[in-house]
Amino acid sequence: MITFVKRPQPSKFWTIATPVLAVILTMILGGLLFAAMGKDPVVAIRTIFWDPLFNDQFAAYSRPQLLVKAAPLILIAIGLSLGFKAGIWNIGAEGQYIIGALTGASVGLALYPLDAWWIFPLMVIAGALGGFLWAMIPAILKTRFNTNEILVSLMLVYVAEQILASAALGFLRNPEGNGFPGSRNLSQIPAMSNPELISGTGAHWGVVAAFAAVVAAYVLINKHMLGFQIRLTGESPRAARFAGVKDRLLVVFCLGTAGALAGLAGLFEVTGPAGQISIDFGAGYGFTAIIVAFLGRLHPVGILLAGLLLALTFIGGELAQFMLGLPSAAIQVFQGMLLMILLAMDILVNYRVMIVNKEAA
Amino acid sequence: MDFGGINPVILLASLMVASTPILLAALGEMVTEKSGVLNLGVEGMMITGAVCGFIAAVETGSPTLGFVAAAIGGMALSMLFGLLTQVFLTTQVPAGLALTLMGTGLASLLGQNYVGIKPPSLPDLHVPLLQDIPFIGPVVFQHDAVVYLSLFAVVAVWAFLKYTRAGLVLRAVGENHAAAHALGYKVKLVRFAAIGFGGAMAGLGGAYISLVRVPQWTDGITAGIGWIALAIVVFASWRAGRVLIGAYLFGGITVLQLNLQAAGAKVPVELLSMSPFLATIVVLVVISARRHGGTNAPAMLGRIFHTS
Amino acid sequence: MTELLKVVGLTREYPGVRANDDVSFSIGTGEVHALLGENGAGKSTLVKMIYGLEKPDAGFMKLRGGSYTPANPQAARAAGVAMVFQHFSLFEALNVAENVALGMENPPKMRELAASIRQVSENYGLPLDPDRIVGDLSAGERQRVEIIRCLLQDPKLLIMDEPTSVLTPQEVEILFKTLRKLQSEGTSILYISHKLEEIRALCDEATILRLGKVVGECDPKTTTARDMAEMMVGQTLHVPSRESSEAGEMLLEVKDLDFAPANPFGTRLKNVSLKLRAGEILGIGGVAGNGQDELLSVLSGEARTDKGAITFDGQDVSALGPNARRRIGLLTAPEERLGHAAAPNMSLTENAALTATIRKKLSKNNFLNWKKTESFAREVIKAFDVRTPGPASAARSLSGGNLQKFVIGREVLQDPKVFVVNQPTWGVDASAAADIRQALLDLAAGGAGVIVISQDLDELMEISDHFAALNEGTLTAPRKAKGLTVDEIGLMMGGAHDLEAAQ
Repeated sequence: MITFVKRPQPSKFWTIATPVLAVILTMILGGLLFAAMGKDPVVAIRTIFWDPLFNDQFAAYSRPQLLVKAAPLILIAIGLSLGFKAGIWNIGAEGQYIIGALTGASVGLALYPLDAWWIFPLMVIAGALGGFLWAMIPAILKTRFNTNEILVSLMLVYVAEQILASAALGFLRNPEGNGFPGSRNLSQIPAMSNPELISGTGAHWGVVAAFAAVVAAYVLINKHMLGFQIRLTGESPRAARFAGVKDRLLVVFCLGTAGALAGLAGLFEVTGPAGQISIDFGAGYGFTAIIVAFLGRLHPVGILLAGLLLALTFIGGELAQFMLGLPSAAIQVFQGMLLMILLAMDILVNYRVMIVNKEAA
Repeated sequence: MDFGGINPVILLASLMVASTPILLAALGEMVTEKSGVLNLGVEGMMITGAVCGFIAAVETGSPTLGFVAAAIGGMALSMLFGLLTQVFLTTQVPAGLALTLMGTGLASLLGQNYVGIKPPSLPDLHVPLLQDIPFIGPVVFQHDAVVYLSLFAVVAVWAFLKYTRAGLVLRAVGENHAAAHALGYKVKLVRFAAIGFGGAMAGLGGAYISLVRVPQWTDGITAGIGWIALAIVVFASWRAGRVLIGAYLFGGITVLQLNLQAAGAKVPVELLSMSPFLATIVVLVVISARRHGGTNAPAMLGRIFHTS
Repeated sequence: MTELLKVVGLTREYPGVRANDDVSFSIGTGEVHALLGENGAGKSTLVKMIYGLEKPDAGFMKLRGGSYTPANPQAARAAGVAMVFQHFSLFEALNVAENVALGMENPPKMRELAASIRQVSENYGLPLDPDRIVGDLSAGERQRVEIIRCLLQDPKLLIMDEPTSVLTPQEVEILFKTLRKLQSEGTSILYISHKLEEIRALCDEATILRLGKVVGECDPKTTTARDMAEMMVGQTLHVPSRESSEAGEMLLEVKDLDFAPANPFGTRLKNVSLKLRAGEILGIGGVAGNGQDELLSVLSGEARTDKGAITFDGQDVSALGPNARRRIGLLTAPEERLGHAAAPNMSLTENAALTATIRKKLSKNNFLNWKKTESFAREVIKAFDVRTPGPASAARSLSGGNLQKFVIGREVLQDPKVFVVNQPTWGVDASAAADIRQALLDLAAGGAGVIVISQDLDELMEISDHFAALNEGTLTAPRKAKGLTVDEIGLMMGGAHDLEAAQ
């Protein structure tokens, strides 16, 4: 009989070891899944995790993609992690991402064909503001009416997707696009594009922003009063109130920051890798970022690594789809499995596994 | 009777069809939450049920077996959630999110060879005599068995919670798990059962979408209905009768906006499509604003139970 | 007297502690048997084994001569063993009848059950309405629910875990009458307590536990309280000594305060007024759940009150939050240590930052100075003899008494002008409790005003200058503590009110 006995304090070792172990375990179980689908598990795992980085044939294309895909994941996950730490569950980052892209693109396209250096910075601000305001809806409803932010933020994803559709088909449609849905290609308009900054790396402004967010979050969490209050609220809401934490302010801050960062991610995506507003612009980064946040243990550096790993599974997944005919849904299952295994293994941080001879009472 | 191209009989009859998946899933989640467990994985369990039901119905040719498979599929996925939250003591919110992410991927994977196939259809039960009542007959008494099953489930859940010993124990576990444990009740077992029931009901709801409402298989077929079901449990203050009202209210909004779209109303399609979600938000706000402090939520909702 | 239950050599080990070590004793039919010991002596573990909640690692039990190995509480109840818990195992949102039904194996139909609840409650002088929601009942009434739940099953052995800790002296009398009636009908009672006078008044036999072992048995009617206390504690205690000082300037004044808590099952404070002067210790007694938590929360600033209700040092502080109050010297320590006064998973250093950043200047421009915070945590640990490996330890790793010393020390070392503390020594071992009381006395001697909210009347009598009592959210006018009799205290605590109801 196996029982879990609470540790006197959280284990530092397992805090770091569990994500690593979870990844390994997921690879094994994922391999079994791929085998069940008639694919060679070793080849599949190698195609996903090794080939994009080290195979001569693919690395040249895939390596830069790593940063391109990781940047939005990290940006969004950093924002989400602040709220998750405090027990504020924003799961509508996908919507904030879409709205950020829309507001940023709208500002830029409204100025078209003007060409000035300040247009792109203005779009960046508009994108962050759009995501921020979209996140303020659940924030204000929570602080004013105590409405559940999980459900509201999630409902707003569906609303944002409809707004996106009406933008792509309507008010942002490219007037010179022969009636096809989708906006002008922003990445081809110099004043509005978010180019690769160093050739061959994939690094665009979003990557810079992601790294800046990691550093800022690290300082905030570990040194600043607000970060301490966020952690305290997550650990024990009642103790936080006793410590004088203004919980409404915290809700606004956490949701607002997450929204702004998601909005930024959307803006950098629409002006760079995606290039335009289209119906299928929302590619699920906002949801995958939830996995990234937990896999990174809500720690900024962890999120950085987890974002790169999840980006790798996207790129490797595409490669496996192309090379082995592995359906893209298999990668989604793989990612879901990773999150579940990680959550299950979390118990090792706070509990010791004990083997007891007799039946537990 | 014709209002701008919308026939009220068809509108009301399709309201019942549109409401059934929400009703089934919300009832199941309500029972789960009554035991003190918040399972945010309803959407994932629904879509897994939808694909399992669809595959089983297509392969066997029997919609009934489809629904059975859907219930089993939803329950199987919910057991993963049970394992995470009851054995591995995972926080329930991320575990539920993980379940939805997992379920969505799994459904998409399982269903990839079934896109574009038409499933066997579930026959309507024409209730003798009653179906001939003008207006009410075609609206209420010409539906398939699952519609009536879902209505029966409302009564059954209500009676179970109010009158049976097992129902009392379930509520007790949701109110104070430590006390229930001290009295010798098996908290985790009760919760596993409640989670499983929630999963099975969500699975049935999902299958109703893929087998009756749509009826075919496409990715992301549940389109947020699982989340609306979660909101309806809050709206209903954890009461079975109010879950029925909530589900039919949202079924009504969904059908109305679809009819308006079909009728070519002068409202943007996107605005109509987002209306169920906007309405959900409005309802949540009204419900949460009206209650000052005291809610009817089970006291242990979302809390982890561990002995010693 | 025939033997009902015999316990032989029971041993139960938890990781790191042997909670029970070779415990043996026996209870006769119709006997009231006391189980006496300090917090942590192993009383709870022992009764959990008798009630089937835990299984012994070694040893055995016999009930009426036959082997007794209850696999779970249901089995224990089926064998005629019932238990009233210290922290009630009740369900607030359910009604009395439903709560009773949950504690029975084969409850009758609800209507019949309600009738028998009425009948039993009248027979034993414990009035109770089966349709009321338990969340709305007082602590004394809640205990009645538990007792009636047990009585309906006609138990042979009734276990009572610290039953009087939630009762007024008058309610205690009613309870004792009920217990004596049960005894006369042949029911045995295992009575767990650390209150010696009660045991002397009620029990026929006493088994004394210390650190998991039986250290003595005695007849409490013929043994002095002093002798029993020495067996229980195993050492002579340091008794705090109070240097009476002249009352100084007015520091804190609460005037006609009304406050409705957010929690629907909380207690509403009604028309509460009090005054506190420099150098004074005001003791506030009362049964748990009569507004203690609420009173602390309005004084700490966690809850806000009407304008003008609370004046501190001549300033209206009603609208100030906890930190603003700390800044001007009004500090508090709530009852619940883990999860309210301290965050369980955070280190002692982080827990020091929880309340001390302002007065100890531990942050600058909102950036925390962790080095300075850590040295403050060390200072608290040293000054208050907190047993812990160091300031990096998580709060939850400390024993209750040590964490309490840390929490009190954290506030005391911030040099408060007024310090309000709720249940300063609850669940704390005797020597730590003495240290904490001494710290409070020193604080007052240094010119601070102190409010001690406690359910331990002995403690309040020992350290207070003035005494007041909370009863259903109202506070009696404070009286000089010296010379108050037990009856007077009982009346202040609202005993008279419940006495009427019972007769």
